[in-house]
Amino acid sequence: MRRERDRLVRYLPAIIVFVAGISIWEAAIRGLGVRAFILPAPSSIVHALFENWQSGYQIFPAAQVTLQEAGGGLIAGALLGLVIAFAVARFPSARDIVLPIGIAVNAIPIVAFAPIANHWFGSQSAYSKMAISAALVFFPIMINVLRGLTQVDASALELMRSYAASDGAVLRKVRIPNALPFFLTGLKIGTTLSLIGAVVGEYFGGLNVALGRVVVESASTLSFEVTWAAIVVVSVTGIAMYLVVVAAERALIPWHPSVRGERVA
Amino acid sequence: MTHDQATDPTVVRLTGLEKIFALPSGEAMTAVTGIDLELRRGEFVSLIGPSGCGKSTLLRLIGDLTQPSAGSVSVNGKAAQQARVDRDYGMVFQAPVLFDWRTVEENVRLPLELTGQDRAARDARVREMLDLVELTDFAKHHPYQLSGGMQQRVAIARALTFSPSILLMDEPFGALDEMTRERMNSEVLRIWEQTGITVVFVTHSIPEAVFLSSRVVVMSARPGRITRVVEIDLPRPRGVETRESRRYFEMVTEVREALRGGEGRRDETLASLERAEAEGLIG
Repeated sequence: MRRERDRLVRYLPAIIVFVAGISIWEAAIRGLGVRAFILPAPSSIVHALFENWQSGYQIFPAAQVTLQEAGGGLIAGALLGLVIAFAVARFPSARDIVLPIGIAVNAIPIVAFAPIANHWFGSQSAYSKMAISAALVFFPIMINVLRGLTQVDASALELMRSYAASDGAVLRKVRIPNALPFFLTGLKIGTTLSLIGAVVGEYFGGLNVALGRVVVESASTLSFEVTWAAIVVVSVTGIAMYLVVVAAERALIPWHPSVRGERVA
Repeated sequence: MTHDQATDPTVVRLTGLEKIFALPSGEAMTAVTGIDLELRRGEFVSLIGPSGCGKSTLLRLIGDLTQPSAGSVSVNGKAAQQARVDRDYGMVFQAPVLFDWRTVEENVRLPLELTGQDRAARDARVREMLDLVELTDFAKHHPYQLSGGMQQRVAIARALTFSPSILLMDEPFGALDEMTRERMNSEVLRIWEQTGITVVFVTHSIPEAVFLSSRVVVMSARPGRITRVVEIDLPRPRGVETRESRRYFEMVTEVREALRGGEGRRDETLASLERAEAEGLIG
């Protein structure tokens, strides 16, 4: 009860600024007579959102498709990142091979490969979008998990050594629990990236019922209210995915300073 | 339980022990050298000396956390490595090194999870250990909910779960305030008396070393070597009265002078004599 009130007090300024921002936007459009295809008013974006089934754009079914692509890419990228991170943590000699390549690959704007992914996996297929998402998600997960597995307190390792603990026991009792918060941090970064991958992949072709397609096609017919409405839905989808990870954090690592709401010492 | 006299009275035997570290610059740094020391079963021995005298290195050599460059460490008649594998050691560091994701009892249970011991025996042992450090009421708490002193008590309980024959403590109370530290000193003595365990205790606090120990091993730096071993003959059990006794102050002074070492001290004494002479205080 008290905790909820505290939370409300904490987020109240953000809510006020958000509502004020939207109101100013609405007022400015009406007052200055800005035309809808330059910048639609929030009210017309909301209107477009709820009448989209009449305009022929299926924003909500599209959101479902895009969410599936992003989610699939996130899971695939996370699994790949985990596997590589464990392998590299286990075989330190692999680190010098994998890390430079990983960092170099990460410097490439992976979304530029979207047309190629479409070509490889089929532009109508969800897998081509998942592939782009997975490629984007992989790196932050891998780096974070690797950090969590290897950046273990030296005293903790000495302690385990004094117990004559096996490498497997050190992995299970120390390294994996230590890496869990890092993994969840990587996953949070991954939610946004996976959605970017899916939407950009859709820009380059795909089924019409997908948010990226709605953005591209509505813009090409100058139905910018619909474009904006689709962008709002993409944002809400991203926030929802992020919140799922936050909920997982609360459930899995209640002991972690970031979840406890204390400052890290 | 009284001290176990049945077995070999010598629990740790250090012979000609030397540890040389290779510095990144390529130079060699002698951490400790020429260490010969025997620790008797059930003894409480403190290692004291200035920073860089290798007292922690010596502790780590005993615990097989690092290997000697020369000489040997024998523990319960075995090589240090075998003793570690046999779980003869309990370790307590300056930081409690508790795992935040585990509750207090789960932290204490951790060493036992590495053995195939059945749950009931394990839980009984954990309860016994929490009882020993008087933290039974905090079993379900997480480490971050405890004070520094309580955290260190959890670390001690965890170190003792295996019933090791030697407890190695590396400045365990160095991060605590003076009041808590004194309380922890009494606590550790009570535990030592109850368990009859052999304790090797690294500290740079002279009062702490004197209050706790049966013997204080005084070391000097560069290279780290043992300069003196001071027997502390204060009566036990020791308590508040001990800290206020005349003999205690004498022992503290003795250790302090041993720490100051031969030459430096003589110079100082000479200097003060000269000063006194100049001021016409003595003839």
